[in-house]
Amino acid sequence: MNILKSKWVTLLILWAAGAVIWQTAALAYGPEIIPGPADTFRGAKELLSDGSLVRYIGISFYRVFIGWALGSLIAIPIGLIIGKVSAIRVFAEPFLNFIRFIPPIAFITLFLVWFGIGEQSKIALILYATLFIVIMNTLTGVLAVEEDKIRAARSMGASEWQILLHVVIPATTPYIFTGIRLAMGTSYMAIIGAEMIAANEGVGFLIWNSRLFFRTDWIFVGLISLGLMGFVTDRLVGLLGRRLLFRYGVISSGPIRR
Amino acid sequence: MSQTARAAASGTNAITIERLNKSYAAPAKKGEVHYIIQDVDLTIKGGEFFVLLGPSGCGKSTLLNMIAGFVSKSGGKLQIGNVDVDKPGADRAVVFQQADSSLFPWLTVRQNVEFGLKMKGMPKAQRGVVSEKYIKMVGLAGHERKFPRELSGGMKQRVQLARVLANDPAILLMDEPFGALDAMTRRTMQKELSSIWRETGKTVIFVTHDIQEALLLGQRIGIMSAGPSSNISHIYDVPFAYPRDISSQEFHELDRTIQAHFDH
Repeated sequence: MNILKSKWVTLLILWAAGAVIWQTAALAYGPEIIPGPADTFRGAKELLSDGSLVRYIGISFYRVFIGWALGSLIAIPIGLIIGKVSAIRVFAEPFLNFIRFIPPIAFITLFLVWFGIGEQSKIALILYATLFIVIMNTLTGVLAVEEDKIRAARSMGASEWQILLHVVIPATTPYIFTGIRLAMGTSYMAIIGAEMIAANEGVGFLIWNSRLFFRTDWIFVGLISLGLMGFVTDRLVGLLGRRLLFRYGVISSGPIRR
Repeated sequence: MSQTARAAASGTNAITIERLNKSYAAPAKKGEVHYIIQDVDLTIKGGEFFVLLGPSGCGKSTLLNMIAGFVSKSGGKLQIGNVDVDKPGADRAVVFQQADSSLFPWLTVRQNVEFGLKMKGMPKAQRGVVSEKYIKMVGLAGHERKFPRELSGGMKQRVQLARVLANDPAILLMDEPFGALDAMTRRTMQKELSSIWRETGKTVIFVTHDIQEALLLGQRIGIMSAGPSSNISHIYDVPFAYPRDISSQEFHELDRTIQAHFDH
């Protein structure tokens, strides 16, 4: 209990110190270069009062969630197949290692041409950002399944299909989970890039558009919103993982007291 | 082939091994072949407790894995009840050295024990009856709902034993199952395994490098020579009655005789 108390006190002091440094810098350079906490708060109130901030956060979150969920759903079976079938792996691995080094942002123009200016192109981009991370993690998980487990199942009469379903997938679950959690991070990066270049709504659009009015305080609001969105979703995903997948050995950083 | 079909084909679950080889192509020199085991001859009767004893790296696990059907032979004959062994079968069950890598950590003790039965499609109520029997037999009653990570090393090996016994195999293949346990737990496990064997009448092939363990458990002890190209150099009959007295004079004499094989 004492440790917990002192942890919160320390956190509070750290945040307060951060705010003081921020305010000092704002005073030193002026609100146009670095808007202070008060200016940022006023900017946030402005954006909240006409509902645009909430709408932007909602639309960005919606794009990330749809693309990420679809990408994960497609990537998991692909990763399982590539991991399980060495004949496919031989061909797929070099390709995966080639394409995963092409960042999603690099595809924005092409995706706009291919999928149009609407939501599809953004969701496709998130899907792409998610796909390879989840495939790579799932694949690694399949390869890491101990041979003894598979042998044990086989000698107890399990068919190859049963081994996949009852041994490989459960054993790979922690890797899959890590993959989709990491993919959430790259999805946010991808969506901000996409919204900066080709969108009329979203947090990325807000950050990019604010430059036209030289509203650095709005940019700060956008950055803080992004941090909060990422933090909250990551904690939620982590919590869900710990609650639902605990028996598979899914552990995630979070407020676990050791 | 099912266990019953195999038994019907032969009337026995005896294991026959003749001039059995496992080799691999030498990586350095073309055309040269290295043998892990070479020309192993061995006959094991149904219901026998046979111990494979040898130094580490001598190929005793390889031989066990070949009998299990995990590793294919390079040459020779390997039959169980006059049927060639070429893949794992329900008549053989394996207790692995490392419980952590072979148990399913996402399943409870009960679910681990019922795994084979579930794969066979046995109804839940019936599975419960079987798993309860074997969980009790290995002394884990009251721990059914625990996960492997909540158990000690000895208890995990008990789970492995119950898990294979639940499938009622004719042959138990055990690869140094007590090697990672502390001395006291090991003694307890050896005594219990011995009594379970006498109770169930399974054929057991038990791999170890511990002479005392071999003497405590086995009816016969096959000494494997140091690898490569190892084979069974000598087979000892252990005539002592069960449960065995490790402090007896005869026990010590046989211990010394066997020890002489490994003192160079």
